[in-house]
Amino acid sequence: MKAHYGYKDGSGEYFIVIDTDRCVQCSDGACVPACPLGLLERIQDDYDDTVCAVKEASRNKVKYACAPCKPVGAAAAPPCVAACARAGIRHTW
Amino acid sequence: MVIDTREHWRWPEVHWVNKELDWRAGGAITAGVDVGSISSKTAVMVDGKLYAYAILRTGASSPDSAVRATKKALEGTGLEIEKIHLTIGTGYGRINVPFAQKTLTEIACHARGANFVWGPTVRTVLDMGGQDCKAIQCDERGKVTSFLMNDKCAAGTGRGVEAFADLVKVPIEKIGEESFSIKEEPKPISNTCVIFAKSEALGLLRKGWDRNVVIASYLSAMAHRVYTLLERVGIAKDFVISGGIAKNPGVVRRLTTLTGIEPLAPNPQYDPQIVGAIGGALFAHAMLQKQKGAK
Ligand code: SF4
Ligand code: SF4
Repeated sequence: MKAHYGYKDGSGEYFIVIDTDRCVQCSDGACVPACPLGLLERIQDDYDDTVCAVKEASRNKVKYACAPCKPVGAAAAPPCVAACARAGIRHTW
Repeated sequence: MVIDTREHWRWPEVHWVNKELDWRAGGAITAGVDVGSISSKTAVMVDGKLYAYAILRTGASSPDSAVRATKKALEGTGLEIEKIHLTIGTGYGRINVPFAQKTLTEIACHARGANFVWGPTVRTVLDMGGQDCKAIQCDERGKVTSFLMNDKCAAGTGRGVEAFADLVKVPIEKIGEESFSIKEEPKPISNTCVIFAKSEALGLLRKGWDRNVVIASYLSAMAHRVYTLLERVGIAKDFVISGGIAKNPGVVRRLTTLTGIEPLAPNPQYDPQIVGAIGGALFAHAMLQKQKGAK
């Protein structure tokens, strides 16, 4: 499942996209401790699969919360993306 | 001067019972209770068939709204909440359904409900709810394959339309049709924020714009807004729309023009607002069957 967490507002679209089919095969959930702000968590989804998700309280602030990890023009991947060995997480902006 | 104090936003509440079913003859009674920000819906199923439902306005207390909607659904049937074997809470207030044994997200419940209401060919579900908008892709079993939910802003949602209906003083059920009583389709209102869109609309009315042109412009902005969200998850046939705004042709027809895909017509048997609650009741039915099988 492709889970899009975030929002669209007048300034653009800000979604963190998690491919939960990849999370199901992931035993360590390395993206979670990699996030310096603790935005991510491991949850049991509606189909009883253990996957990663953006915490509910953080979904409407991803643009600002992720800004320090994703400075404009930065070539390096943010910590969550770099930690995921399965390319299971990405940002749309 | 006569001040118009009518509540143009007020939509009719709904209660329906399937007279062809007798819950006493059934084995498994399940319910889905979908507590949204503006409406609370309960669907009751007997052996996986829809038996009763109600759609009421959500009050100040979510638990109270869940109980009221469920009691309304059961009104006149002799069935009581205590006799429901398994209830699933869903929607924004899902953790506040006091008699629910489990909660599930409205995303999963809408996909499952749409599969039941329109059939296994449904691949894209757009739910335009009270204060959020969900674009969902699902497979032939109604399992979610991709989703996006936008609840940051009330524009493009039921709450936004309610506020707008009051502003232009047109009953909410009529606002969609009124938006077509125009000579030429106007440009969408430029503001995406409901507060600014409202003041932009007010400004246009003060400038002497025709009321229906302003309505068309507002509804067109809503359609454009949800279209961009749909684009992100992808729009595949069959496409269906659930939630209160499915009843608003002013949004639905403009969205159809943008997508180039005609949504399936609402199934006359089921109110489009009840889709998520039906999904909850179906999940509850499946869980009950699983529990029985395990014994
Ligand atoms: S590390 Fe990657 S695959 Fe593992 S839970 Fe996080 S996003 Fe999913
Ligand atoms: S970009 Fe940074 S703040 Fe945002 S989720 Fe990834 S690690 Fe956390």
